[in-house]
Amino acid sequence: MAQIKSPDELKKVREELLLRRDSGNPCISICAGAGCLASGAGEVIAAFKEEIEKQGLTADVDTKGTGCPGFCEKGPIMVIYPEEICYVQVKAEDVPEIISQTIKEKKIIDRLLYVEPSTGEKATQESDIPFYKNQERILICNNIKIDSKSIDDYLAIDGYAALAKALFQMTPEQVLAEVKKSNLRGRGGGGFPAGRKWEGTRNAPDPIKYVIVNADEGDPGAFMDRALLEGNPHSILEGLIIGAYTIGAQEGYIYVRQEYPLAVENINLAIKQAEEYGFLGKNILGSGFDFTVKVHQGAGAFVCGESSALMTALEGKAGEPRPKYIRSNIKGLWERPTVLNNVETWANVPLIINKGADWFIQMGTEGSKGTKVFSLVGKITNTGLVEVPMGITLRDIIYKIGGGIPGGKKFKAVQTGGPSGGCLPENMLDLEVGFDELTKAGSMMGSGGMIIMDEDTCMVDVARYFLEFLADESCGKCVPCREGVKQMLKILTNITEGKGRVGDIELLEELAETAINASLCALGQSAPNPFLSTLHYFRDEYESHIKEKRCSALYCKELIAYHIDPDKCQACMICFKKCPSEAIIGGKNMIHIVDQEKCTKCNTCLEVCPARFDAVKKISGEPVPPPIPEEERTIVRGGKE
Amino acid sequence: MSKILLTIDGREVEAKEGMTVLEAARSVGITIPTLCDYEKLEPYGACRICTVEAEVKGWTKLVVSCLYPVEQNLIVRTRSEKVDRIRKMILQLLLSHAPYARDLQGLAKEYGADKDRFEKESSFCIHCGLCVRYCAEVKKKDAIGFINRGAKREISFVPEMITSKVCWNCKECFPLCPTEALQAAYGLAEALLSDSPAFESESEE
Amino acid sequence: MNNDRIDQIIDKHQGEASSLIQILLDIQSENRWLPKEALERVSEKLEVSLTRIQHIATFYKAFSLVPKGRHQIHVCMGTACHVRGAQNVLDKVQDLTGIKPGETDSDMKYSLETVNCLGCCSLGPVMEVDGKVHGKISPAETAEVIKKYE
Repeated sequence: MAQIKSPDELKKVREELLLRRDSGNPCISICAGAGCLASGAGEVIAAFKEEIEKQGLTADVDTKGTGCPGFCEKGPIMVIYPEEICYVQVKAEDVPEIISQTIKEKKIIDRLLYVEPSTGEKATQESDIPFYKNQERILICNNIKIDSKSIDDYLAIDGYAALAKALFQMTPEQVLAEVKKSNLRGRGGGGFPAGRKWEGTRNAPDPIKYVIVNADEGDPGAFMDRALLEGNPHSILEGLIIGAYTIGAQEGYIYVRQEYPLAVENINLAIKQAEEYGFLGKNILGSGFDFTVKVHQGAGAFVCGESSALMTALEGKAGEPRPKYIRSNIKGLWERPTVLNNVETWANVPLIINKGADWFIQMGTEGSKGTKVFSLVGKITNTGLVEVPMGITLRDIIYKIGGGIPGGKKFKAVQTGGPSGGCLPENMLDLEVGFDELTKAGSMMGSGGMIIMDEDTCMVDVARYFLEFLADESCGKCVPCREGVKQMLKILTNITEGKGRVGDIELLEELAETAINASLCALGQSAPNPFLSTLHYFRDEYESHIKEKRCSALYCKELIAYHIDPDKCQACMICFKKCPSEAIIGGKNMIHIVDQEKCTKCNTCLEVCPARFDAVKKISGEPVPPPIPEEERTIVRGGKE
Repeated sequence: MSKILLTIDGREVEAKEGMTVLEAARSVGITIPTLCDYEKLEPYGACRICTVEAEVKGWTKLVVSCLYPVEQNLIVRTRSEKVDRIRKMILQLLLSHAPYARDLQGLAKEYGADKDRFEKESSFCIHCGLCVRYCAEVKKKDAIGFINRGAKREISFVPEMITSKVCWNCKECFPLCPTEALQAAYGLAEALLSDSPAFESESEE
Repeated sequence: MNNDRIDQIIDKHQGEASSLIQILLDIQSENRWLPKEALERVSEKLEVSLTRIQHIATFYKAFSLVPKGRHQIHVCMGTACHVRGAQNVLDKVQDLTGIKPGETDSDMKYSLETVNCLGCCSLGPVMEVDGKVHGKISPAETAEVIKKYE
């Protein structure tokens, strides 16, 4: 492929491409994202290719492995175009039937359709699925349509048109003005106005500048950037090149966590392809603008998602953050002006250039424009990536899109913002999602992780969990974080183990104040948030753990005991046999008793006790009823005296 | 360089552009406690005990004075209830490592820091980084460094490599250590390698 | 790993000191650990102090300074997986292999690590063995999966 050297040439290449593809062939698009691959999508794709070849249909049917549409719960997921028929949880064994029924005879296979849990309704087309219907998928919508490893697929959906427009129809100042007008705020967690960041760098006097894509995505529970970078790598590149043009950078970096090998592979391939086609390198599209980009992998450090630590890592050092009294957009990578933005932020740029800031600001709230991709996970019926306009309520996301809480359980809290964020309870569900709204409520937008918790989640343990995470990930340079987070973790662990003391909450609050006000970087400064928000909304749980040694969620192992209700036990022997610690005393027709000394609280007995007996209970905060005397344990079957 | 006028503890201070608040305070005899600061080394900003209140355009924030650059019309308060609480907490966290460290005693008394607030820790290094930075920036030998991260971070000589090839046994880092953890680490490395050629004294200074 | 191979890796990254972490990642991925000799070679060729390399090798979780087992087991402890019972999966894996996270068994068969998010959050709890991701895994299923590895 010879390099494209003008916008007209690009237009021609695109037209010829579309003409070649206008065969009217059905296209079978199977998600080849990391999630579906884990569920067996690789075998499904291979099965399709094999079967199509076997039946001699290679010229008549197209198949492709595509980017992640975000509905990983139902994977492997596929869509057949042009009808947009969507099949979920597809197995390799289903392939011959799909080809003979749906491809050849245009018949729908009912059992492979998505079923809405609350209504039992089936959805034939992708757009009928309620999970998708209530979203505004301006960013993720293309993932299922393109082969992530194909630049031609990206060109076919108007890829790089925004770049051509920016380079040839707009000056850098005009691009900057458009981005500023859109009020695009950073999607990585900080929510800083991208236009303002770019402007600072553009105006900095240093001739050497850099642009960086932060694809570290360290927040556990978040995988938006994985889907975007892995699924549509060229969209990120396009945004990055436009950004570089605007601020005047010739070199860029993409920092990807090494836990995402497929994303690393796909972005490296995309860069090679872009260089081949002339979208990267010297004299891009004949504009005179030069720009190259390199990929750096992370090496397993959450702190490297913090922008100054990321830059330190790019310089080949241990990722210790730097003071930000002089902002990194003025003195960043190697002390040069640097614009660092998150994957999702960059992905918005081509859309804003193509469709204009006026289109973008129609979506969202006053302070938060556009959409946000959330990873809706945890105790929720429909898990996956949801892209919604800012301003939608938490209730709508969780119930309309997420399908509510499974297993008949009660909603307890929604956690956003990762380890820097907080938990919001039920009475906050009508909150309209936005940067400032979430912060005011005691949480934060963060990168987009949205973890749903139910009645079985212990909120004190949630705080302990996040502090454990942060203690492991702290760089260790400054005292408030290295020592403070460690002490907070110690205290919270003690509380969950029944060793909490009066005064612990106050000490935690003191440590929190020091960490928030005196830590070197945002990791330490926001470390107390999960504790503070759970204390604010769920103080009773802290009190009961400390004063009554009771865990109301019946989760903390040291505070719970398993008890078999002698009135309900039918001596069926199932738990007796399954207990891995031989902690059940019993026998045929002998009511079972849990030996508290041997019990490891593995939960097996509760899980295996037949639902109709429901004899195993967890208790907390009260003494275990003493075992009934041996003589009374015999069950007399068939008629009592 | 242009002159900058700021206020520290109610006093008007004339400073030069590029100075830090700590330097400006020192220039007029105002003391701000430090633990990781040393005149021959680049400011490090790790101990955070030099934290002060800095007010700009009506907004007050807490910053470390060893790194925060002076600004026109900046109002600095080196002591306040909040600053004192934070310094006390930092000291208490450090005292759990080195309760009898020479450089912590005076400060502990001044801020009412209780050495038993937290359980005694097994390592008595307070991570001021003076030894590491001195060896890197002044001696340019890089013989001692940090390993690991978070609470597991510690100073380390890599015995065979460093002591046999890099460390000159100059021991200039010893007097910098506020807790004598450095001497202890060095002593341990020495004991482990007592038959390594590196430790045969070239000279006993 | 011999010096020639290390030199090749260094050359692939144009011998730039800033690519230090990328070079170490390549060595780690091929060799499964970072022997002292490899660090010395890298220090020599990149003219970077061994102290700095040692800080990096111990700072980042991806690196191991001790040999790893033939099979890498990673149990994800991210929030979504945690809320869906990852601790029970980890407990079970520890039982089956006899090792704790960060350890390798005496036969050098398995190395166990916890990971803070593989990005397959919808499929929690998640366990990865030798790069293959097993989603929605229950403690009972871990036994079946692990037994398959020699």
